[in-house]
Amino acid sequence: MVEVKPSVVMRKMNMRLRLNSLSKFIFLLATLLGLVVLAVLIYRVVSEGISWINMDFLTGKLSTQPERAGIMGAILGTFWLMLVVAPVTMFLGVGTAIYLELYAKKGRLQALIQTNIANLAGVPSIVYGILGMTVFVRALDFGNVVLAGGLTMSLLILPIVIVASQEAIRAVPNPLSEASYGMGATKWQTIKNIILPVALPGILTGAILSLSRAIGETAPLVVIGIPALLLPFPGGILDKFTVLPMQIYYWTLDSSLVAEYANLAAATILVLLIALLILNSTAIFIRNKFQKSY
Amino acid sequence: MSINSNPAKEKDMNIRDLIEQKRQSRNVKDLFEKSIPVILFLIASVSILTTIGIIYTLLSETIEFFKRVPIVDFFTGTVLKPLSQTPEFGVLPLIMGTVTSSLIAMVVAVPIGLMTAIYLSEYAADSVRRVFKPLLEILAGIPTIVYGFFAFTFVTPLLREFIPSLQATNILSPGIVMGIMIIPMIASLSEDAMRSVPNAMREGALGLGATKLEVTRKVVIPAALSGIIASFVLGISRAIGETMIVTIASGSTKNFTFDITQSMQTMTAYIVEVTGGDAPAGSTIYYSLYAVAMTLFVFTLIMNVIARYVSRKFREEY
Repeated sequence: MVEVKPSVVMRKMNMRLRLNSLSKFIFLLATLLGLVVLAVLIYRVVSEGISWINMDFLTGKLSTQPERAGIMGAILGTFWLMLVVAPVTMFLGVGTAIYLELYAKKGRLQALIQTNIANLAGVPSIVYGILGMTVFVRALDFGNVVLAGGLTMSLLILPIVIVASQEAIRAVPNPLSEASYGMGATKWQTIKNIILPVALPGILTGAILSLSRAIGETAPLVVIGIPALLLPFPGGILDKFTVLPMQIYYWTLDSSLVAEYANLAAATILVLLIALLILNSTAIFIRNKFQKSY
Repeated sequence: MSINSNPAKEKDMNIRDLIEQKRQSRNVKDLFEKSIPVILFLIASVSILTTIGIIYTLLSETIEFFKRVPIVDFFTGTVLKPLSQTPEFGVLPLIMGTVTSSLIAMVVAVPIGLMTAIYLSEYAADSVRRVFKPLLEILAGIPTIVYGFFAFTFVTPLLREFIPSLQATNILSPGIVMGIMIIPMIASLSEDAMRSVPNAMREGALGLGATKLEVTRKVVIPAALSGIIASFVLGISRAIGETMIVTIASGSTKNFTFDITQSMQTMTAYIVEVTGGDAPAGSTIYYSLYAVAMTLFVFTLIMNVIARYVSRKFREEY
C-alpha cells in the first residue's frame, strides 16, 4: 500500500485551489480588458468630437476649412443609400429564405445554395467592392452613384439577412401552418397570411441589424470610388454621394496635415455611433415587443 | 341527382357558369401557386449569381494580368513598384503585410478571446453574463472605420511613448486594434462551443474532486476544441480581409520586412490605394488589383472552408 501523507495532500490541494482562484481572477481581467478598450475608445471619440457638434456642423456643406465644415451631404448620402439597401435586401433575403425553408427539396441544390451563402458571408467586404465597381459602376455604367453603392452593399449584407430570415421562418410553430392548410388554404396563402406575419419580428430584427452593418461599412465604397470632393447634396438614387464612414476616412487620413480634421472625424463618428445606437435599439425593441411565444 | 335534370333552365345555366367560373379561378390560382416556387428560385439564385460574378470578374481580369506579368514573378517577387518607370509586381510584400498584421491580431485576440469565453461560460454568474455579453456585442458592432481612427489617432501615439522607433504609420498598431476588434467574435463563438458541452461531464469531473480550472482545462476545452479552433480560423479570415484599420494606420509603403515598427501594406490596403488612385482601366496596375483581390479571396475562402471542416469533422457528439 502506498502511504498517503496528509500534509502533502493538503499542500497540493491548497496549491490547486489557489491556482483556481488566481486563474478566475485572470479570466475576469481578460474579459474586462475588452470592455476597458471600449470605454477608452468611446471616451476618446466623445472628448474629441462633442464640442464640434452643433447645428451648423449637422446641416452644413463640406468645407476645407474645419470651422465651416458640415456633414449634411454625408447624412443625406447615408439616408439614400439605406433607401436602396433596405428594400433590395428585404426582397432578396426574405425571398431566398422562403425558398430554402419552405419550397426547396432537401437535396444537392438546396445544400449548394446553403453552402454558397455561408461562403459569401466570409468573403471580405472589399471583394464585394471590386464586384460592384466592375459590374455596377463600369459594366452597367451606373457610375459611382447611390444606386451602384446601394446594390453593392445589398449583396454584401444579403447572407446575413437570409440566415436571419431562415431562422425566423424555422421558428414558426408547425401547428399554425397545419391549421391553415386544414382550413383549405394553399401553400402561398399559408405563407402570406400565417408564416410571414409570425416570422416578421425576427426577420425585421435581422434586417435592421444588417442595415447597421451596411451603414458603418466603408471598404466597398472606397473601391467604388466615392470622391472626397465637395459635392452638391444628393437628391435621389442616381446622384453621386458620400456617406458618414467615407467622411470619417478622409478626415482621419488628413488629420496629420490639419489637426482639426481629427476633431471633425471624431464628431462624425459620434453621429454615426448615435445612428447605429438608434437602429440597434429599434431592433431590440421590435424583438422584445412583437416576438410572441406560442 | 344530376344538375342537368333540374327543370329550371336559368338556374341550371347559373350553376354551370358558377362551376366554370370556379374552375377558371382555380386554374388561375393553380398557375399562381405553381409560379411562386419558380419566382422564389430566381430570387434565391441571386446569391449563386453573386458568387459566379465574383469569381468571373476576378478570374478573367487576373488571367489578363498574368498575360502581362508572369505568374511566377508575381508570387515570388519581393518588390512591388507599380508606379515606377520599370514597374515590378511582386505580391510578397503585400502577403507579408497581411500575414504580419493578422498574426499580431491573433496574438492579441486568441488569448484574450479564449479567456473571456472561459470566464463567461465557466465562471461568471448569470447576472454577470447578462451584463458582459451585450457590452461585448457593442464592441463587435463598432464599424471598422472607427477602429481605424482609434488606431491612428490614439494607439499609435500611445505606443510611440514606449517604442520611440515606431513609425507614424506602422503595422503594429493596426494589428493590435484588429485583435481587439476580433476578441468579441472569438469569445462568443468559443463560448457557444463551451456552453454546448453537457453539464454531466463537468459534474463528473467536479465529483472526482477537480477544481473548476481543471474541469475547464481537461474536460470542457478538449470537448469544445473543434468549435474553439473554428473560431480562431474565422478570426484569422476576418483579420486577412480587414481593410480600413490597416489602410488608415499602416500606410502604403510596400516593405518586405519583419520589422513590425515599419509601415507595411496589406493586400486589402493595396486594393484601396489602387482604386482610390483611379488607375485607368486596361493598365497593368488596374489588372494587378484583380490579381491581388483574387489572392485575398482564395486566402479567406481556404480559411472559411477549414473552419467549417474543423467544426464539422472533429465535433465531439455527446
